[in-house]
Amino acid sequence: MIRAAQLAKRFGDKRVLQKLSFALPEGGFLLVTGPNGSGKSTLLRLCAGLSSPTGGTLELGVERGELGYLGHEPLVYRELTALENLELFARLYRVPERQARIRALLERFGMWDERDNRVSTYSRGMTQRVALCRVLLHEPRLLVLDEPYTALDAAGSELLDAVLAERSGAHTFLVSTHDPERIAHLASDRLEFV
Amino acid sequence: MNGYFGDVVTLAVKDLRLELRARDTLPAMALFVLSTMTIFHFALPSGSSDNAALGLLWIAILFTALLGLTRTYAPEREQSMFDGLLLSPVDRSAIWLAKTVAALAFLAAVEVVALLAFWLFFAHIGWSLLAAVALADIGLCAVGALVAAMATASRSRELILPLLLLPLTIPVIVGAVGASVADDPGKYLAFLAMYDAIFGVIAWATFEYVVAE
Repeated sequence: MIRAAQLAKRFGDKRVLQKLSFALPEGGFLLVTGPNGSGKSTLLRLCAGLSSPTGGTLELGVERGELGYLGHEPLVYRELTALENLELFARLYRVPERQARIRALLERFGMWDERDNRVSTYSRGMTQRVALCRVLLHEPRLLVLDEPYTALDAAGSELLDAVLAERSGAHTFLVSTHDPERIAHLASDRLEFV
Repeated sequence: MNGYFGDVVTLAVKDLRLELRARDTLPAMALFVLSTMTIFHFALPSGSSDNAALGLLWIAILFTALLGLTRTYAPEREQSMFDGLLLSPVDRSAIWLAKTVAALAFLAAVEVVALLAFWLFFAHIGWSLLAAVALADIGLCAVGALVAAMATASRSRELILPLLLLPLTIPVIVGAVGASVADDPGKYLAFLAMYDAIFGVIAWATFEYVVAE
């Protein structure tokens, strides 16, 4: 699904990634760990196709519409409601039976009763739940999740544990986290930045 | 509606809805154009020719368009939503076309105010002026939506946008003013239509490269 060889990324004079090689097979779960500023988010942005490497090669075995990406920003419009945001992305991703799919996700993440409120009125944790709904909306083959537990409360974190466990093996995961023990049992491989 | 134009409609409706909720752009544009027309009304000496008033109308329209275009990608910039849109499987030119349509809608709404003020303060409005406004709007918004995307990546975007856009739209202003004041506006309107077609295709074809990293 992903094959990186001698991958490098620099911003001006600053080298963020150097000669990084790894492979993530279909159905694999690659856990990315490391301290702040070590290049985890840069790697995930490269793998999501949002940035281009400055050296080496990166082969992605998915099309744009087959990828679900959760970054530091929730990537939902604050002035739209949760329902409007998900309807927008469901249309853009050509999600079949989108009303039922949106309802199922919002109910799963405990956001159905809040569906008609604007995202700007949500707490950070609620916004993260909507962002997770957006990521899962089109059943992506590859999930690239950068610190997915950010801002989630205990119930939200347990819910995400369950969602990841359900999909583990069926989908391919690239997940960065500062709490690797939480999902270490799901990981098929681990990439540790220093 | 599905496919390319379905995506354009979906994205344009999103932009219109965002503006109706936030009311960031339209009130500022309307206030600017109304203030400008009022100032021109009192500044022009009585007995001035209609041509002078038409020239001032086009100054007001150009800078109002510029004001609106500066905000074209504000939701995407402020909420990092470019990433969200670029990850989706839509053709990237659909994003440009939707932004052009939304910018056109905002500009057209404000021009209703501008033309009413022009009619009240200065002179009657002929069909050639209306045709020139419509054609000039398309050119301004098509090129503006492309240039605004380029400027979005810059920290000094408010400065970059007029620096890039004004030279590119000189032909629009020449054609629009010419069509408004000439006895035979046909050739100027044809020139505007040709500009819209050529620059529309260029903007449509190059947007994908503009939004690449």
